[in-house]
Amino acid sequence: MAQLNSRIPSGPLADKWRKHKTEIKLVNPANKRKYKVIVVGAGLAGASASATLAELGYQVETFVFHDSPRRAHSIAAQGGVNAAKNYQNDGDSVHRLFYDTIKGGDYRAREANVHRLAEVSVNIIDQCVAQGVPFAREYGGLLANRSFGGAQVSRTFYARGQTGQQLLLGAYSALSKMVGAGAVKLHVNAEMLDLVLVDGQAKGIIVRDLVTGAITRHAADAVILGTGGYGNVFNLSTYARGSNATAIWRAYKRGACFANPCYTQIHPTCIPVSGDYQSKLTLMSESLRNDGRIWVPKKKEDCEKLAADIPEEDRDYYLERLYPSFGNLAPRDVSSRAAKRVCDEGRGVGPGKLGVYLDFADAIKRLGEPAVRERYGNLFDIYHEITNENAYKTPMRIYPAVHYTMGGLWVDYNLMSNIPGLFVLGEANFSDHGANRLGASALMQGLADGYFVVPYTIGDYLAGIKPGSRPSPDAAEFKAAEQHVRDLNNRLLNAKGKEPVNYYHKKLGKIMWDYCGMARTKEGLEKALVELPKLREEFWAGVNVPGSGDTLNQALERAGRLADFIELGELMCRDALTREESCGGHFREEYQYPDGECKRDDENFGHVAAWEFQGEGKPPLRNVEPLNYEFTKMSVRSYK
Amino acid sequence: MVAHTTSTKNISVTIRVWRQAGPGQPGKFVDYPAKDLNPNMSFLEMLDVINDELERKGEDPIAFAHDCREGICGTCSLVINGKPHGPNRAIASCQTYMRSFSDGETIIVEPYRANPFPVMKDLITDRSAFDKIQQAGGFISVRTGAACDANATPIPKETADLAMDAAQCIGCGACVAACKNASAMLFVSAKVSQLGLLPQGQPERDTRVLNMVAKMDELGFGSCTNQYECSAACPKLISHDFIARMNRDYLAASFRSAFKGKPAVNSGGGA
Ligand SMILES: Cc1cc2nc3c(=O)[nH]c(=O)nc-3n(C[C@H](O)[C@H](O)[C@H](O)COP(=O)(O)OP(=O)(O)OC[C@H]3O[C@@H](n4cnc5c(N)ncnc54)[C@H](O)[C@@H]3O)c2cc1C
Ligand code: SF4
Ligand code: FES
Repeated sequence: MAQLNSRIPSGPLADKWRKHKTEIKLVNPANKRKYKVIVVGAGLAGASASATLAELGYQVETFVFHDSPRRAHSIAAQGGVNAAKNYQNDGDSVHRLFYDTIKGGDYRAREANVHRLAEVSVNIIDQCVAQGVPFAREYGGLLANRSFGGAQVSRTFYARGQTGQQLLLGAYSALSKMVGAGAVKLHVNAEMLDLVLVDGQAKGIIVRDLVTGAITRHAADAVILGTGGYGNVFNLSTYARGSNATAIWRAYKRGACFANPCYTQIHPTCIPVSGDYQSKLTLMSESLRNDGRIWVPKKKEDCEKLAADIPEEDRDYYLERLYPSFGNLAPRDVSSRAAKRVCDEGRGVGPGKLGVYLDFADAIKRLGEPAVRERYGNLFDIYHEITNENAYKTPMRIYPAVHYTMGGLWVDYNLMSNIPGLFVLGEANFSDHGANRLGASALMQGLADGYFVVPYTIGDYLAGIKPGSRPSPDAAEFKAAEQHVRDLNNRLLNAKGKEPVNYYHKKLGKIMWDYCGMARTKEGLEKALVELPKLREEFWAGVNVPGSGDTLNQALERAGRLADFIELGELMCRDALTREESCGGHFREEYQYPDGECKRDDENFGHVAAWEFQGEGKPPLRNVEPLNYEFTKMSVRSYK
Repeated sequence: MVAHTTSTKNISVTIRVWRQAGPGQPGKFVDYPAKDLNPNMSFLEMLDVINDELERKGEDPIAFAHDCREGICGTCSLVINGKPHGPNRAIASCQTYMRSFSDGETIIVEPYRANPFPVMKDLITDRSAFDKIQQAGGFISVRTGAACDANATPIPKETADLAMDAAQCIGCGACVAACKNASAMLFVSAKVSQLGLLPQGQPERDTRVLNMVAKMDELGFGSCTNQYECSAACPKLISHDFIARMNRDYLAASFRSAFKGKPAVNSGGGA
């Protein structure tokens, strides 16, 4: 059984981080250069950590599967990044951001972590502006803010609709500087395929060069994973096609606990599926909900009609009806489920009747088309480009899509997993968002972890290790891990079955979406737990991966990632099944209030579930870390 | 009556694709039929469908670079019918839809053809030269934690907006592929201008432009002869005005560094 010591410092909430920083061990500056740290990933989390650790003097080696660090999936984030700057003087504070995040997470996050996140949020904005991130500004030259994702204060900083891009390019520039200075060794097209443990501690990784196919061993004093989320388990999602869970999944199979895998976020405003060839779902910024009104026909028989032919009295503005005070701005999980409910009732619109209208007719009437164009023109263009429809004339169609995974590898307050020496940052860890993430908080967390947390906390681990004690990459453990990777790849290459990788990915996506998607039931999850092992067998026997392992082979890359997704899907269903409550992004139909709201069970499930691998074919162990709410009261989240 | 989707008639096309097993190896065009395609399918989804079929038969799928599939990561890099990123303006390859083509058409798909971007396989090229230019000076040196309050230096909105126009570059390399000289001026000028416009970027303004341009030349990118094919192909419509701005910066910086009598090299060295 894994030891899950969260190492939350004692003392008043607001003092914990400051106190912790003064109490943890430091590495002597002259010794820093003697330690090597491997960072896997250069999204917001990995790039910021790599640059900062190199500035501190550590030897850093950074690995990304992309052809450049600038392509990490963080680049796609649109809306913005939160920070408790209170520049708008609207009553924001570190405490309020802390509280909103805890409440938004449906009381399933650690108070101490979330408070730290809110504290360092202010430093992030300072850092980014200094790097030249061109945030939106007011005419007076000061930074502009907007209110985002239902927040009641304006604390979101943004750079047009490309905030993730600008923050990532900022972190990338910091990383590039250190690469240019020779302080970071960068490996691109380099995919980590295994974690190497020596004496129970994380000491290196096995990497495949995606261009040459070469498999190599890399040793370090500590390993950091900033490898992103696992939403592509669902096949269709708003993630980049290449986003995958291989790094964290293979670390899990080496003993790292996987916390709350079932917590997934479904974003309410995405462009619906148009056909079975579909490869990804595009997010439409949530800001559209500020002026658009969401509706479906009251009567099923109207669903085939043109929107314009459905009179006002036959339209059901269901969010305004159900949640009069939040209306169209109800939180993500609440709005997503409401959309699913009306579509399940047969009142959806568009192909497959899996869509709801997001209508700007009233806004155009009220503000005029030019004003609407000014606010949302680029989004209307994107919509037009994808659907070939003009949203100024007919309402947009939207549907929820998988967007973010709150679960991830378990980490303590130092962001270290239960494997000593393995640190996990950004979306890859489980730490700060509880059961549901607020809009504009993932970018904040990735940068907080990388710039302002791990550079300190890693010292606490490294200070306890003798400089120069790093194992050689020729040690037996490394050779065994390398062989393991080769065997896995060979099995995939030798299956020589009849179906392409995508065929199985689509099947996996369907099982996960049907049974572990927006609404889950005991029955459905049990069914998934029968179907997924079957799918796994079918996949290994039936997949056809052409070519060899020693060249650029995209089919092999996809196959390896899918093999991991199938197993992870199973763990997600297991977690969803055992969490007999509804909370945030995890909605079990059995546990709801009469109005369809999440019914939490704090007494029995006010904890983190951290799953531990027990060996192939054996059920994993469910470890529990209790969540002690000392400073806030766990209350029912209501958005009525 | 169908209430949605405007173009409903499916189309069939032939895809003539450049196949090349590896760097430096000979390549050739191979035709693949793509039948009965929904016009709302993206160009990359069409390639997915062809690849699924190839994999089913145990044949090597067409290698092409892609990731976000929404025009922001800069990974996709196809030359479609002779145009980097295809027939439509202001979008990336991944935002090209089959409705842009007509039934029965033969569509030619190639990798970028530019010496600094060698082909790695089929439609994938090596664009690491861009990273090297960035490493030579595409940054503002600020240690983590050393920044002052974000609002300490107000920046006029117009300046911030112009910096953002430049900052939108997705690093796709289409500008290089579109240029007969394989010049990287648009890409480099976008970064130089973004940082050079902002007050935070002033201390390193001279060394930045000198070092980035030197690196660009060293890596074999050609010179700019003001044809502006680059900005026409650019998915983010980065304006060639930034090239003029960079040229001014470069001249001024060369002048100043000549006076200081010091060679302007980045202390960090190259890649
Ligand atoms: C469409 C969209 C819009 C979003 N908008 C917002 C927003 O407005 N605000 C907000 O706060 N959040 C938003 N998010 C969420 C946010 O973008 C992500 O959670 C965050 O950027 C993740 O950053 P990361 O550094 O953890 O991982 P990523 O950016 O995903 O980076 C992962 C890195 O790991 C590398 N990697 C992964 N596996 C391996 C491996 N095995 N070997 C080697 N390298 C590997 C990759 O190459 C990459 O460099 C959005 C997400 C999506 C999908
Ligand atoms: S300037 Fe335009 S074409 Fe060139 S790399 Fe940037 S986005 Fe691509
Ligand atoms: S795949 Fe990301 S820009 Fe085209």
